[in-house]
Amino acid sequence: MKFQLKHLVPLSIFLVLLGFLMVGLKLDPHEVPSPLINKPAPLFEQKLMTDANQTFSVGKMRGQVWLLNVWASWCTACRQEHPLLMKMSQELGIPLVGLDYKDTDTEGLAVLNQFGNPYSTLVADVEGRVGIDYGVYGVPETYLIDKAGIIRYKQIGPITEEVLYSTLIPLIKGLQ
Amino acid sequence: MIPELGHFSLILALALAVMQSGFSFKGASANQPVLMSIGISAARGQFIFSGLAFLSLAYAFYTSDFSVLYVASNSNVALPLQYKLAAIWGGHEGSMLLWAMTLSLWTMAVTLFSRHLPEQFRARLIGTMGLISVGFLVFILFSSNPFDRLIPAAMDGRSLNPLLQDPGMVFHPPVLYMGYVGFSVAFAFAIAALLGGELNPEWARWTRTWTTVAWIFLTVGIAFGSRWAYYELGWGGWWFWDAVENASFMPWLVGTALIHSLAVTEKRDAFKMWTVLLAIFAFSLSLLGTFLVRSGVLTSVHAFASDPTRGLFILIFLGLVIGGALTLFAIRAPSVGLGGKFGVVSRESFLLSNNVVMVVAAGVVMLGTLYPLFLDALGMGKISVGPPYFNLVFVPVMTPAIFMMGLAIFARWKNAELPALMVRLKWAFLVSVVSALIVPSVMGEWKPMVSFGLLMAFWVIASACVSLLDRFKTNSTSLLNTIIDLPKAYLGMIVAHMGVAVFIIGVTLVNGYGKEQDLRMTPGQSVKVDSFTFEFQGISQDTGPNYMTTKGHFIVTHGNGTPFTLEPEKRSYDQDSMPMTEAAINPGLIRDLYVSLGEPLDQGAWAVRIYIKPFVQWIWAGCLMMAAGGILALLDPRYRRRNKDKQGASL
Repeated sequence: MKFQLKHLVPLSIFLVLLGFLMVGLKLDPHEVPSPLINKPAPLFEQKLMTDANQTFSVGKMRGQVWLLNVWASWCTACRQEHPLLMKMSQELGIPLVGLDYKDTDTEGLAVLNQFGNPYSTLVADVEGRVGIDYGVYGVPETYLIDKAGIIRYKQIGPITEEVLYSTLIPLIKGLQ
Repeated sequence: MIPELGHFSLILALALAVMQSGFSFKGASANQPVLMSIGISAARGQFIFSGLAFLSLAYAFYTSDFSVLYVASNSNVALPLQYKLAAIWGGHEGSMLLWAMTLSLWTMAVTLFSRHLPEQFRARLIGTMGLISVGFLVFILFSSNPFDRLIPAAMDGRSLNPLLQDPGMVFHPPVLYMGYVGFSVAFAFAIAALLGGELNPEWARWTRTWTTVAWIFLTVGIAFGSRWAYYELGWGGWWFWDAVENASFMPWLVGTALIHSLAVTEKRDAFKMWTVLLAIFAFSLSLLGTFLVRSGVLTSVHAFASDPTRGLFILIFLGLVIGGALTLFAIRAPSVGLGGKFGVVSRESFLLSNNVVMVVAAGVVMLGTLYPLFLDALGMGKISVGPPYFNLVFVPVMTPAIFMMGLAIFARWKNAELPALMVRLKWAFLVSVVSALIVPSVMGEWKPMVSFGLLMAFWVIASACVSLLDRFKTNSTSLLNTIIDLPKAYLGMIVAHMGVAVFIIGVTLVNGYGKEQDLRMTPGQSVKVDSFTFEFQGISQDTGPNYMTTKGHFIVTHGNGTPFTLEPEKRSYDQDSMPMTEAAINPGLIRDLYVSLGEPLDQGAWAVRIYIKPFVQWIWAGCLMMAAGGILALLDPRYRRRNKDKQGASL
């Protein structure tokens, strides 16, 4: 018997598979696109953690480009992200709203007192209700919301320098 | 000092592995016995130094040497000794070292038990295994060195993931790896056969033994893992169709096909090309599994330490090994030949169908596992494929295989008569149909899926019994003597097939009649699930060697039986705030009671999950029976005659 084409079948199938795996290496399976992208940010109104007499509401942010950062005192990845948030609050010049997710006010504020507060506005989501509306599943998460109240970008997990400079800042500049 | 010795041993192991493959291949092609024997000595040396490297790492863990980065990242002072040692394979670097060490162990075993094989064939076998060793050792040394130092040394380590601090961690990975890596012998056999352009029944018999040993390890390893998930994860499931579970299941399916295919190659000198291809597939799927676990291309509960750059290396290695093997197959397959002919109805045809079904089943699992990756790579969105897909597709695919299992026992080699088969099996068929119709009603409620599942199981059992009875009838001596005289390979087949039936019964009944309740319970409250009363007495705090635990106390009463307690726990390990669920299980032959503690609710109440799992233990008992069948088959004297057969084996 001599060489037959059919014996190449297993190899060809494998090569196709190999190609897919190669592409797969560059993709991140944990990165789930949010169905909320390009949709209006869910509205909520909450008392400020720093001053119970004032409230924050999403509706009032119309006309500004702003960031919503979901964090908690119990979240270790949020600590990693913290120094970058401090830097962003000084350099970006847009409101950075912190949502303290499933946390107690005392523990949340204690962390900020110790490490510094990057947030221009700070509200709590003790029960996690707001988190449900926003589809929060990994803390920290950050949402970029434009002047019309539309979510333009969602970062799951800590913001990195790379995300900040190559994605967030260009996006913010475009939206302003 | 010891870690440096380990590192140095690893470098020596690599050098020896290079010699092992170089001298073996050169020796085989030039037919130089001296070169080939140098190859064998190098293989043995490789085992010794891989083993030394492994022991050095074990020593670093034993002495909590936190100047070794890998130790500091996976162990700490408070960790109990058995978990300090199990932490050796708790992370990426260590599991790769375990891989390489296991491979060298198999290579060592092959050098010891292959003396009767033709020299050139043996050399190619050992040379191929050497190449695989080289790949893994290079990978470890250049991208995953477990001996990297941490300077200055840490005061204490980061500890092992609490999920892994379980007796399961001590056994599950090494046993599973023995299975995974063991398929490398069958792979090397296939390559040697392709290179030499010849495959004869004697070599198939030899390979069958090795494949069976690997398959036994894989079976037991998967069963261990399933049992572990059942009690550790706290949702009472035993199989989740998780990407990494599938990664171990695919080689198992193909390995099962390979064992059956080798049987035909051994007995009838047929299916040669198919056997070679299956041997390549089985090990390729092991490698693919390693890649999936280590690269993080798929989301999985097992992806503890994934890193895309390492993924790239494994992928290149995968491409070389599998791509090379399949290219060789494309070029050389015709030279191996097809082998003997057989009729449409014959044992060969049944085994061939079994093979096709197993391979299709593995393909179905692979499609489901990689489908999210395919779509994502094509930019068609993100999806996940879950249990509904696998359950829907897998059962219909496997059904014909189970049906044929009953028939194949009776079919003769070469040519069998279908009508004669029907006559012999009419009673088995009748008994299984009737019991499948009746038993579900006895269990409480008649459900079509349960009845169908039981029909499959009873069919396998009934046909095996008929086969056993036939043997007794033809034998005039006493029953006991007959059993003793039964060929071990035959007995092994019967036991393994019965194991499949036991497994199916477990799966069918636990899916059909399992009860599950999520409750809010306050101390003092009792609840009745099925015929069992669970009284929640309250919560107490306790401390373990390196964790704090919240223990729930439940008293279970059932009719007039003695009440017993179940104490599910929620453990908080010192360095990790995420609590671990330890379900409390009262196992039984016909049912498990399973209680797990959820979150604390208001007013001292707790979320509590209670399950009743009928016949769930049968799932693992079935797996162990399959493994036991494999062991029995290995005891068959046919496989130990090899030294006497030496003359006959050579060409």
